[in-house]
Amino acid sequence: MSVNFGSKRVVVGAHYGLRDWLAQRITAGLMALFTLLVLVQLAWGSGPIGYDKWAGIFSSQWMKALTFAIIVAMAYHVWVGVRDIWMDYIKPVGVRLGLQIFTMVWLVSCTGWAIQVLWRL
Amino acid sequence: MTETAPKRPEFRNISALTDLPTYRLPPAGWVSILHRVSGALMFLLLPFIIWMFDMSVSSEISFAKFKYAFNVGLGFVPGWFMKLVALALIWAYLHHLIAGIRHLYMDVQHAVSKEFGRSSALVTLGLSIALTLVLGAKLFGLY
Repeated sequence: MSVNFGSKRVVVGAHYGLRDWLAQRITAGLMALFTLLVLVQLAWGSGPIGYDKWAGIFSSQWMKALTFAIIVAMAYHVWVGVRDIWMDYIKPVGVRLGLQIFTMVWLVSCTGWAIQVLWRL
Repeated sequence: MTETAPKRPEFRNISALTDLPTYRLPPAGWVSILHRVSGALMFLLLPFIIWMFDMSVSSEISFAKFKYAFNVGLGFVPGWFMKLVALALIWAYLHHLIAGIRHLYMDVQHAVSKEFGRSSALVTLGLSIALTLVLGAKLFGLY
């Protein structure tokens, strides 16, 4: 077997196999259920869907906490997915690392913004 | 240290511009690549999505601005273009969701057969496009 450790290590950026595979599916399931929950709350009761109804969905503390969890799940999900895209198409290690750093900064920034919106409400 | 593994043959004659467009993908192939495209699109438009969440939920005033941005426009961007971007996101979300459910179903059921792969791919494509058309018609005020 060829040497693939030390200075000969293959730099792939992942090698977390099962953990990320499973996390991708669990976070996806959570987001799908959350979508359903929001849709049910939108359809609940009568009257037009205006500001009061829409903002009301996210006004309770438990919904904020749950939405926060979903935002974190989304960030993880997107990280795995986008990282896979870079690993598939971008071969130069330096460029790939740069794009992965960009992805992290992009996701953490967006997550922070979304959390601020949530608890400012 | 020397590499002992024999060198494997490499084929680097695939051109993304001249060869890839001539490839004829089966339905499952289309679902697969569109799953990736829709995911990448939502990733790139994530700030826009959070902007929409911010505007729509923060206050009555920001909600009114949110509506104005789509009905009339935002700065130099016309309202119809905002709606078009929103429609692209609607499609991306629907396709990603339905293709994802297909993935989960296949994982749980071990439903890996050529026939199921094809038929479920066609359902995924049909359902996501149909729902996009229905919601798009609503978005552009056709009903």
